[in-house]
Amino acid sequence: MTSDPCQLQLAPNGQLRHFLTTEGLSKELLEEILHTANSFLDPKGQLIQKVPLLRGKNVVNLFFENSTRTRSTFELAATRLSADILNLDIQRSATSKGETLMDTLWNLEAMHADMFVVRHADSGAAHFIAEQVTPNVAIINAGDGRHSHPTQAMLDMLTIQRHKGQIEGQVVAIVGDILHSRVARSQIHALKALGAAEVRVVGPATLLPKDIEALGAKAYYDFSLALRDCDVVIMLRLQKERMQNALLPSESEFFKLYGLTAEKLALAKPDAIVMHPGPINRGVEIESAVADGPQSVILKQVGYGIAVRMAVMAMAMSGQQTTQAGPEAP
Amino acid sequence: MHLPDIDATCQALSNQLQTYLETYPHSNPMIIGIRTGGVWVAQHLINTLNLPEPLYSVDISFYRDDFNQKGLNPKVCGSELPESLENRHIILVDDVIMSGRTVRAAINELFDYGRPASITLACLLDVGQRELPIQPDVCGAKLALQPDQLIKLSGPEPMTLNFV
Repeated sequence: MTSDPCQLQLAPNGQLRHFLTTEGLSKELLEEILHTANSFLDPKGQLIQKVPLLRGKNVVNLFFENSTRTRSTFELAATRLSADILNLDIQRSATSKGETLMDTLWNLEAMHADMFVVRHADSGAAHFIAEQVTPNVAIINAGDGRHSHPTQAMLDMLTIQRHKGQIEGQVVAIVGDILHSRVARSQIHALKALGAAEVRVVGPATLLPKDIEALGAKAYYDFSLALRDCDVVIMLRLQKERMQNALLPSESEFFKLYGLTAEKLALAKPDAIVMHPGPINRGVEIESAVADGPQSVILKQVGYGIAVRMAVMAMAMSGQQTTQAGPEAP
Repeated sequence: MHLPDIDATCQALSNQLQTYLETYPHSNPMIIGIRTGGVWVAQHLINTLNLPEPLYSVDISFYRDDFNQKGLNPKVCGSELPESLENRHIILVDDVIMSGRTVRAAINELFDYGRPASITLACLLDVGQRELPIQPDVCGAKLALQPDQLIKLSGPEPMTLNFV
């Protein structure tokens, strides 16, 4: 990465033109994303009718890592904005025949792609692509390595806002595998910018990055202590596929210390909500009684994910358009 | 050029709509204001003519035809419409009609909620310069603007007309 990712994702007038990271984005811009996402939802939280905003635009899903819900919700979001969407099958594409990533992208650009939604195992991949593509092509980061997953963070912010009324003043615990979590990093940046009272990161020392407190979060090793006075409990998945060393004695030991049970949840505020970005490992980080219980908003998160992705796609495409608008003619 | 008096224009629109409704062949029309100014004018009409409530609103931000030039309206509020407009008679209200593109966008959005039986268009002020074949059925006043002039309604209390 050579350029500042925050600056790279903004147009000269401050509008979003790519969405790469929540890091460095202003409170106002994050609130605008939430406001726009809310406008795609009715008062009951259901998505509004399909709108013609991105009609004629071509969105390409470039998923170099497996994903079910993120890719599906991006596809649904693009569809509900009336864009045309192409899901590139990386396993069968020319990339697997030795074509470089940039050659693949330039070919897709030549096919009039207007937006790439990128998921990649390498941190900084979306940023790298945003630096290379021609102007007028927007890049949305759908998760890069351990670095960032900004749309997941923003759908979590929308979930907190809609269920707790506001983000400002909330005490939020993020629990589990922080070390491998791009979601946690993006959440911490967004929560701090949006005025959360306290962000607690909770897990065994082997799964808490040493520098995590530099982001403004407070590290806890004792789950029970961390749950006190919590308004929001966000459980994370144990990312076993990214664990190259013996970071945990066993899953059952992890569940005993950091699994969310009804008994543990009772230590948080009575109206605390429980979130999880999915996919859930039942009995590893959360018990079914909690995941399916009255305080869980896990399935709501998925629905809000479509609205947030519609918002950032619309805003990024908007930021790519001319920003020299005069007063609107009625 | 002087702007018309807002109270007199509102009164003229109420009178025109009342006359129009005397021969209106349908019962229980639905009142829908185009955000933002059209909602204020629609509320005024409901109050003065005792029209049926609730007042619905349509926000055309996602239906504008100039997204490629101007991008997304950051103040989009969303529409407040019933689940279906199928077979409903609608009185659509806007503050100022000029190019006709706002009304075109609003009608497109309404059709996404079903096929209305009819749509009547009521506008507070008609400033000409139409770019689409759309005309109000009733309007409070007409005004010929210079090509570089724009008018905006501020409100809701009090409503005022201003040059932009």
